[in-house]
Amino acid sequence: MIPVREPLPGRMKIEIRGLHMAFRTEENDVRVLEDIALDVREGEFVCILGPSGCGKSTLLNIVAGFLAPTAGSVRIDGEEVRGPDPRRIFVFQERGVFPWLTVEGNIGFGLGKLARDERERRIAHYVRLVGLEGFEKAYPHELSGGMKQRVEVARAFAVDPDVLFLDEPFGALDSITRLVMRGELLRIWRAEQKTILFVTHDIEESVQLADRVVVMTARPAKIRRIVPINLPHPRDLSSRHYLELRDGIFEEIGLAHKI
Amino acid sequence: MARAIVELGEKGFLVKHVVASLFRVTWGYLLAVFVGVPLGILLAWYRRGGLALAPLVEIVRPISALAWIPLAILWFGVGDLSAVFIIFVASVFPLTIAAMSAVGGVSSTHWNAGRNFGLSAGQIARRVLLPAILPRLLVGLRLALGIAWLVVVAAEMIAVNSGLGFLIIDARNAGNRYDLVVAGMVLIGTIGLALDWAIRRVERLSALRWGYTDSAREAA
Repeated sequence: MIPVREPLPGRMKIEIRGLHMAFRTEENDVRVLEDIALDVREGEFVCILGPSGCGKSTLLNIVAGFLAPTAGSVRIDGEEVRGPDPRRIFVFQERGVFPWLTVEGNIGFGLGKLARDERERRIAHYVRLVGLEGFEKAYPHELSGGMKQRVEVARAFAVDPDVLFLDEPFGALDSITRLVMRGELLRIWRAEQKTILFVTHDIEESVQLADRVVVMTARPAKIRRIVPINLPHPRDLSSRHYLELRDGIFEEIGLAHKI
Repeated sequence: MARAIVELGEKGFLVKHVVASLFRVTWGYLLAVFVGVPLGILLAWYRRGGLALAPLVEIVRPISALAWIPLAILWFGVGDLSAVFIIFVASVFPLTIAAMSAVGGVSSTHWNAGRNFGLSAGQIARRVLLPAILPRLLVGLRLALGIAWLVVVAAEMIAVNSGLGFLIIDARNAGNRYDLVVAGMVLIGTIGLALDWAIRRVERLSALRWGYTDSAREAA
């Protein structure tokens, strides 16, 4: 068993302070995020959990630099985020795969600056890592949703970023593939020590993956509570501690764990 | 009518008229492609410039290309240049609009993914924008070619002394040879069909490779 990952001694990677976001429409301003403050340490796996449409994707887009907040700041490595950066890759659901490139082309998309053989070596490595051997020359339309998702994850990992932003990356997958992909993600995360910010509306998923779960309220989203998940990996999904943590979050959100 | 086509063929007129028409369409259309497509992309890319220029495009666009015939003759005289100009005017605006809407149709996810990997504007244009708009652009290219072929006939009736349009109007004026008129029409239809078939082939090539099921294609 791998020892519990203590809230790491690692330095602060992402610092979010006083973040507000409102979208202006014809009639009024829609407040989406209110006074978000969050610190993420280097190498930490943090899940942002909230109901659909609560603004958690907006939060992730701001941290990634695709959107500018109405107020507040995001600092990564002490530097103010002003735009997207190849050191921090955003994994969209499978929609981010380029349909005009093959699996190889997609995975190598961010490797333009490398020498040719180094590029090919890396592509081959990540093709193997996500189990797409034999599909190198396939176009995305020939792949299943799960395979496309793996292409996107591989494309992100291939550029060796410090930080990964994942926006409900496994939402479109069937439940079996989803479990496999979670395992893969954890394996890669442990092997390569990335900082991961993972948005999901799935309580089980968040408790299975994260070091800490940030529970959001409905819109305008505020942080309701931050739940540390002090369970070692691989996690036993039937252990008492796991179930307690999971049910605690269910209750926090006001859902009885019955149907 | 079949005899009329044979008669045209024997006198060598047929080839001459067909070649004349195709020549004008080729040049007018290619000019329109090389002006209209980049213009549309730029207007969509630099949204503010686009907003400033869009009304101008919108005012000029509804003017039938045929209304330009007098000016074309004034500027370029009776000849190929006039016909090429009219074909250019007729097809350049549909191409501009098609390119603009194709750029507008690029998914924000693909934009963001491109930006995320630290590409320069030029690299994004080449590696994300162009491949992303190609399927829609091909639909626009096909529609514009159809327009160009429609317009060349009208242009030739007035602005030049050769081509299939001229053949039709001349056959009527010089002795009511309605068999020649109909023969000309059949030729125009056949060649138009062949052009459309050729450009569809190009479309299908890229569709097969990328497996695009672009809704714009189905709509067209």
